[in-house]
Amino acid sequence: MTTPTPPTATATAAVSCRGLVKRYPDVLAVDGLDLDVWPGECFGLLGPNGAGKTTTVEMLEGLTTPDAGDITLLGERWGQGRDRQLRQRLGVQLQETKLSEKLTVRETVRLFRSFFDEGRDVEEVMDLAGLQEKAAARVGKLSGGQKQRLALACALVGAPKVLFLDEPSTGLDPQARLRVWEIVEQFKQLGGTVILTTHYMEEASRLCDRVAIVDHGRIIALDAPATLIDSLGARQIITFTTDGDIDQAELAALPGVRSVIRQSESWVLNVEQAGPVLPSVINALAARGLQMERLSTHQATLEDVFVHLTGRGLRDE
Amino acid sequence: MSNRRLPPLWELTLARILEFVREPEAVFWVFVFPVLMAVALGIAFRSQTGALTSVALLDTGPPAARAELEKKLRTSPRLQLRVMNEADAAVALRKTRVEVIVGLDPSAPPAPADGSTPPALVYQFDPARAEGRAARLVVDDVVQRAWGRPDAVASRDGPPPTRGSRYIDFLIPGLIGMNLMGSGLWGIGFSVVSARVNKLLKRLAATPMRRGDFLASIAFSRLIFLGLEVAAIAGAGRLLFGVRIQGSLAAVMLVSLLGALSFGGIGLLVAARPRTIEAVSGWMNLVQLPMWLLSGTFFSYERFPAFALPFIRILPLTALNDALRGIINDGSSLASLWSPVLVLVVWGLVGFVVSVRIFRWQ
Repeated sequence: MTTPTPPTATATAAVSCRGLVKRYPDVLAVDGLDLDVWPGECFGLLGPNGAGKTTTVEMLEGLTTPDAGDITLLGERWGQGRDRQLRQRLGVQLQETKLSEKLTVRETVRLFRSFFDEGRDVEEVMDLAGLQEKAAARVGKLSGGQKQRLALACALVGAPKVLFLDEPSTGLDPQARLRVWEIVEQFKQLGGTVILTTHYMEEASRLCDRVAIVDHGRIIALDAPATLIDSLGARQIITFTTDGDIDQAELAALPGVRSVIRQSESWVLNVEQAGPVLPSVINALAARGLQMERLSTHQATLEDVFVHLTGRGLRDE
Repeated sequence: MSNRRLPPLWELTLARILEFVREPEAVFWVFVFPVLMAVALGIAFRSQTGALTSVALLDTGPPAARAELEKKLRTSPRLQLRVMNEADAAVALRKTRVEVIVGLDPSAPPAPADGSTPPALVYQFDPARAEGRAARLVVDDVVQRAWGRPDAVASRDGPPPTRGSRYIDFLIPGLIGMNLMGSGLWGIGFSVVSARVNKLLKRLAATPMRRGDFLASIAFSRLIFLGLEVAAIAGAGRLLFGVRIQGSLAAVMLVSLLGALSFGGIGLLVAARPRTIEAVSGWMNLVQLPMWLLSGTFFSYERFPAFALPFIRILPLTALNDALRGIINDGSSLASLWSPVLVLVVWGLVGFVVSVRIFRWQ
């Protein structure tokens, strides 16, 4: 894996951790994880459900105590008697928090504002989150996207230096997801540091300066999204199934094929250009009396990087 | 651009108050239900001065003797007499439509028809019921006097019980106590555990909110409704049944406040760990059950065996009921009620201190 290591490693990192471990009775959730997040950077943890992303950010947020490892945030550590001061500078959005349904949007933001010594104006934050016209509406009456934007407003109202977002757009329709991304981008433009978890490659590609691909509690790749995709050595991906068996080496030996992955039922071919390769694939199959079924081709994405590294999809169970 | 903020304790307390008043069902159970219960029980157990004793007279035996007995019984205005056959009378007694059955004793020799010699009688009643025992005495007294028994001792009835000693007077303070227990436990238990289930507690723990502020806001929001809760029941008692507070109103409010804080502490303790609404409901019921049964809300706990009384007296609801009855019914001063007050303080302190230590934020 490629970890860019600036000369002054932990000294300038907004958030950094070394050798982070969290063990639960039935699973090793986080297995020796290192990362450095630079000030002003948007850093993504991309991985499937259960990869240890949430456990990792909750340890960084000081909500879960690690079994081993060291965490530094904004030059401080948890449990040194300065946790409250540290929390003054953090904004947090947790997965699946249900805010009180009986309160209005404005009352909720005002409540969260009251916890911070320094913070932003309540009306301004509601504006930023596009909630001004819903200010007097009860939280229980909001749509999923509006609830998520309210969660963001509550995270932003303390004017944080570091914003933690755990699956900020999961379960939202594309329109609502786009609005969430715009809010995060605005925060970035003002110089804020963001750490987010996601299992949507579009989200990671669009928002993140760097992405750590996480699987089984470890980082298996870490770089800028474009660099990770380039590391496949392929621009396009051909995916298909067949009605019988064919040798992996035979597919890999075809001209123009960079690498071949077997992902459950499907063959995944990383290629430079799909057009010239497809006929030779079809011919190779025909030579064995096989038919190509369920064919698709697409531009390489972060998902393909994950598939290439693990042989599984981000959303496979 | 304004960037004011109010103290977090104020905002947290306000949020809890708004959550409560925007939940119409909670308002019903805390304010309306106890008043309805006071009204229903007050009517069912209203003191029946001059109430009649219901008597069944059996239609068996020699008609002349029976007619004479009926004539004698009808001379008393205290009896409500019904003539029945044996089967009907047995049913009426079982259903307590009558308290006693009186009939001619079939095993005794028949009395002369001229009525000069009194007949022998048999009473049937439920000796386990106070009303049955009293009815037997009333009927027997009427019969004995009618056949000429002189009173050996001169006696008369004193004035009827003053206000303050009727059942409704006993009941109203008990209902206030029970309601403070219910709203303290359920009001806190449900909202804390559902905030935990919804990960709201975890979200709050991720802010710089002082954890003590959160717990204190729970106590404060209880205090704001306390006055209304007590006023609803005490007001209904006063307006509908003329239940008066014999002692000082300030003492009633102070004891209610202590009671609310005490049950607030216990409610917080019960809600400190459970992860589901089902679990906290079970614990709430377990905590309340002994107090529903033992703490003397509806009848005096002095009826329980003497060895159980010290245990019953240290239950917080017993202490609250005793203190409230002392002030409302007997006009006692706070100083004379130091022991139940101490019990309330200890329960409240233990509840808050322990729950702060073991509270589960996620």
